[in-house]
This record gives sequence, structure tokens and C-alpha cells, in this order.
Amino acid sequence: MTKAADPKFEALLRLGDNTLILGHRVSEWCGHAPVLEEDIALANTALDLLGQTNLWLEYAGEVEGKGRSADDLAFLRDAWDFRNVLLVELPNGDFGQTIMRQYLFDVFNRLNLTALTQSTDQRIADIAEKAAKEASYHVERSEGTVIGLGDGTEESHRRMQDALNILWPYAQELFITDEVDDAMAEAGVIPHPKSLQDAWDTEVRAVLAEATLEVPVAHFGHRGSGKDGKMHTEHLGHILTQMQWLQRAYPGQAW
Amino acid sequence: MYAQMVKSTGQGVKSLDEMDPVEREFQEKVDADIRIEPRDWMPEGYKKTLIRQIGQHAHSEIVGQLPEGNWITRAPTLERKMILLAKVQDEAGHGLYLYCAAETLGISRDDMTEQLLSGKMKYSSIFNYPTLTWADIGAVGWLVDGAAIMNQVPLQRTSYGPYARAMVRICKEESFHQRQGYDIMMRMAKGSEAQRRMAQDALNRFWYPSLMMFGPSDANSVHSEQSMAWKIKINTNDELRQKFVDQTVPQAEYLGLTVPDETLAWNEEKGGYDFAEPDWDEFFDVLKGAGPVNNDRLEARRKAWDDGAWVRDGLLAHAEKRAARKVAAE
Repeated sequence: MTKAADPKFEALLRLGDNTLILGHRVSEWCGHAPVLEEDIALANTALDLLGQTNLWLEYAGEVEGKGRSADDLAFLRDAWDFRNVLLVELPNGDFGQTIMRQYLFDVFNRLNLTALTQSTDQRIADIAEKAAKEASYHVERSEGTVIGLGDGTEESHRRMQDALNILWPYAQELFITDEVDDAMAEAGVIPHPKSLQDAWDTEVRAVLAEATLEVPVAHFGHRGSGKDGKMHTEHLGHILTQMQWLQRAYPGQAW
Repeated sequence: MYAQMVKSTGQGVKSLDEMDPVEREFQEKVDADIRIEPRDWMPEGYKKTLIRQIGQHAHSEIVGQLPEGNWITRAPTLERKMILLAKVQDEAGHGLYLYCAAETLGISRDDMTEQLLSGKMKYSSIFNYPTLTWADIGAVGWLVDGAAIMNQVPLQRTSYGPYARAMVRICKEESFHQRQGYDIMMRMAKGSEAQRRMAQDALNRFWYPSLMMFGPSDANSVHSEQSMAWKIKINTNDELRQKFVDQTVPQAEYLGLTVPDETLAWNEEKGGYDFAEPDWDEFFDVLKGAGPVNNDRLEARRKAWDDGAWVRDGLLAHAEKRAARKVAAE
């Protein structure tokens, strides 16, 4: 992807890649969750995220106009073409880390999607309408769990604080902006990420306080980020190795 | 169903005349197809056998998440990935209904889980076989869910109310699972040479383990006889196995795949196929823990349970704190 790439295509990839990679991570829990209800809830979350992925990437392929399907974009791009934030590609860690990551992302996703329902691009507004409802439910669930575990036992509190310390800097990447954001926000296609930051910060800090957790003083210290494709963690390549295996090993087959 | 070798009382079936009035009343209700509900009197053996059977079924749903979950992150398209996720999620839901049904008999889900992890309670032998390729996901849906449906459809009429009602919900979802499995097989069988080989290989590996799902021939089993008298087992293992083979062989033919049984032949007289028995020594070995992935399955479940202890404790502690705060505020 060169700098000349259509900013709308880029913006759609950012949406679709975040949900694709996070959906992949969450789906890794299948059959391994701490309680049966969590197995069901995590599978449900992953399913919603992958459903959103399908809609974003399908539209991204159309905007690009090179005949690529959602599957082509998901299964046939390499790491440098992915536009997800680093937060979502981090390994699951313990359940605390998984649910903290989910919460930090869910609040962003809900705020972003709610704003996207007002997009000047009707297709984006329609997808956001459907996805925002799912995201609200996700926030409800991850928020309750973060509070419950933060304000639970000594051990659960410690683990949630550890999770927050690891993830907080990565969450700040959600609000890093570049010329794609500027152009698309200017055209009313997406909200400017900066415009979501205060609401996110207020909401998340209140919940973390209720969870008796301390917000660390830290920021995301890299200029390039996952969303512009200039940086990823080493984990992304391994996710793709697994996710894309069949499509790469048996190219061009119908499944 | 995923219950094999469920032990019953070990005694022969009593006649109505041998029963005391309470037990006789119970048996007459069962005979008249009146459902037994949790508050009704029931023989201790009936209760114990049901706990074993429903518990084994529930555990099978839970352990059964693992072989399919194994392919969620590698599913070949977004649609297949979503379908598989939804299916595995359904299975966790089935586990939940079944544990709830068993809990009406006075055992907790945590107790049953501990018994699964200690090896005291079993799950279906089929889940001790690995899913090696994507076609295995098709084969599991087609054959394993197909065999499960064969077992579960009659259990919708089982004598114990909560179990029968759980089964009604489960059966609806299972038939969707079987269709998606067959759809994967169809795509593979009509695909490239490599995909056809993959599909045939999956059928080769899953055919006999699927036949084992019905349990060994129970013509002489005291357990089966008692369970059938109680209507917690409706058909014999052999009846169901025959039905399964008769249904599945034409499906394999339609796919252009070969059932790995040279003796397989249509028997006009009985109106069904003659087929080879699975290797029952292997079946008993796998039940005892010698299957290819028994250790992996139990280890995965133990790890999930142990690693999750702090989460369960944390959420419980929080719920207690909240309740205490609420009381203090009042």
C-alpha cells in the first residue's frame, strides 16, 4: 500500500483489521475459558467481531475496486498490509489481560461506531448501526467483568492491575492520528479519533476507579503505528501464519 | 447422545409385582409415558444412572469443543470461521442445558466438573481422536453429529422431563451442525485432487470411531435393559448403529467417497447394510485413556479449570462484596 492509496480504503481496513485480529485472538479461548458462561460469551464476542470484519472488508474491497473479496483481504495480505492497532494483536495472556484488552477496545469501538452511524457514507453508517448495538453489549459485559475482577480478591486485583499496566500504553494508539484520519474526518466519513479521546478517557477512568485499579502514567511511545502499517509486533506474523494457512497451502480453492 | 457404557444398577429389571407401591407407581408413570419431574419420587438407581448419563453427555459437549476449536483460528474463509465458532458456541450451550438438567437431580456442576477432571466421569470416546485437517471438521459435523442426532432424537421422549426438554433444544441445533459438516465435505469432495484426498482421509479416520459412539452391542447388557425399562434409553446400541450406517452410506456415495469397509453390502432381506464391526479392543483402550489425544483433552480441561480458579474466585468475592454493601446501605 503506497501513500497514494485511497484514504477511504485505508480507513475501512483499519476498521476491519482491528475486528479481524481481535476476533482471532478472542476465538483462541474457545474451550479454554474459566467458566462455561465465559466460553459462550467469548465465542459470541468473537463471532460479532468477525461479522463486523466481513462487512468492513467486503466494502473495503469494493472501494479499492480491484476485485478483492473480504476473504482475499483477510487471507492473502502479509503483515505490512495490515492496519490494525498493536493492542489487538497482543497475545491473550491470562484471562485478566484478555478481558482488560477487550474492555479498552470495546469502549473505543462503541464510541467510534456510534459516531460512524452519522457517516456521510451511507454504507458505513448502515454497517455501524448494526455493529454499534453489538459493541454496546460487549462494553456492558467486559466492563462488568473488569469491575468484578478488579474489585474481587487480592489475586484478581493484582492480575487486573498487571493487565492494565501492560495494555494502557497500547490503548493510547487508538487515538494516534494521521493524514488518512484528517482527510476522512474532514469529509465526514469517519469521526476524528481525537474527538473520541475525551469521552473514552472519562468513561474508562471512571470504570477503572470502580474496579479499584490505578491508571498508569504511560503513553504509546512509537510514532508509526499498526494503523498506518509502519509498525506491528512480532505476534502478527504468527497470527497470519495460522489464520492464512489453508489459503496459502492450497491456493485458489473453494472451501 | 455422547453417552456410552453408562452403568445402571447392575441388577436385572424388577417386574411390577416385585416393586413396592411407590416404585410401582413410578414405573407405571414411565410405562404410560408420563414425564418424571425433579420433585417426583424416583428410585435411587434411576437418579444415579441419569446423573451418569446426563453428566457424560454434558462433559462430551464440553470436551467436544476442543477438536473443533482446534480449527477455528485456521478456518479457510471468514464464513466458515463464523459458522464453526457458532457451532462450538452451541456446544458449550448444550453443555450448559445438560448440566442444568443434571443439577435438578441434586449434583452441582462443579462436582461434575471435578469428577470429569479426576477421570471418574467419562466423556464420549470420539473426542479422543484428533482433527488433523480441515476435512476433519467436515467429517466431525457429518458423522459425529450425525451419530449424536441418531442417539438424541429418541431421547426427546425420555422419561425424565428436564433431560427430554434439553434434548429438544439440542436436537434442533444438531441438525444444523450436521448439515454444515456435510456441506464442508461436499465442497471438499467436489474440489481439487488434494481436497478430495483430504475428504477421503477424514472419512477413513472417523468412520469406525463414529460407529463406536453407539457403544458395544448391548444385546446382553443388564445396564441397557434397566435403562430401557426406565426409558432413559430408547433404542439398543445395535439398532441405532444400523440406522446410522443405513443413513450414512448413501451420503458417502453421493460425495463420491468410499466407506473404509470392504465387507459393506446391502442386505435386501433385512433392508439394511451389512457392515464390519469396529475394533472393540481399540474402543476399550481409548475409553481407558489410551487414545491418541486423551491426555491432551483432559490436560486442556484441567488447565482451563485451574487457570480459571482466580477468575471464578474473584467474581464470587466481588458479588459477595456488593451484596454486603447493599445490606450495609439499607
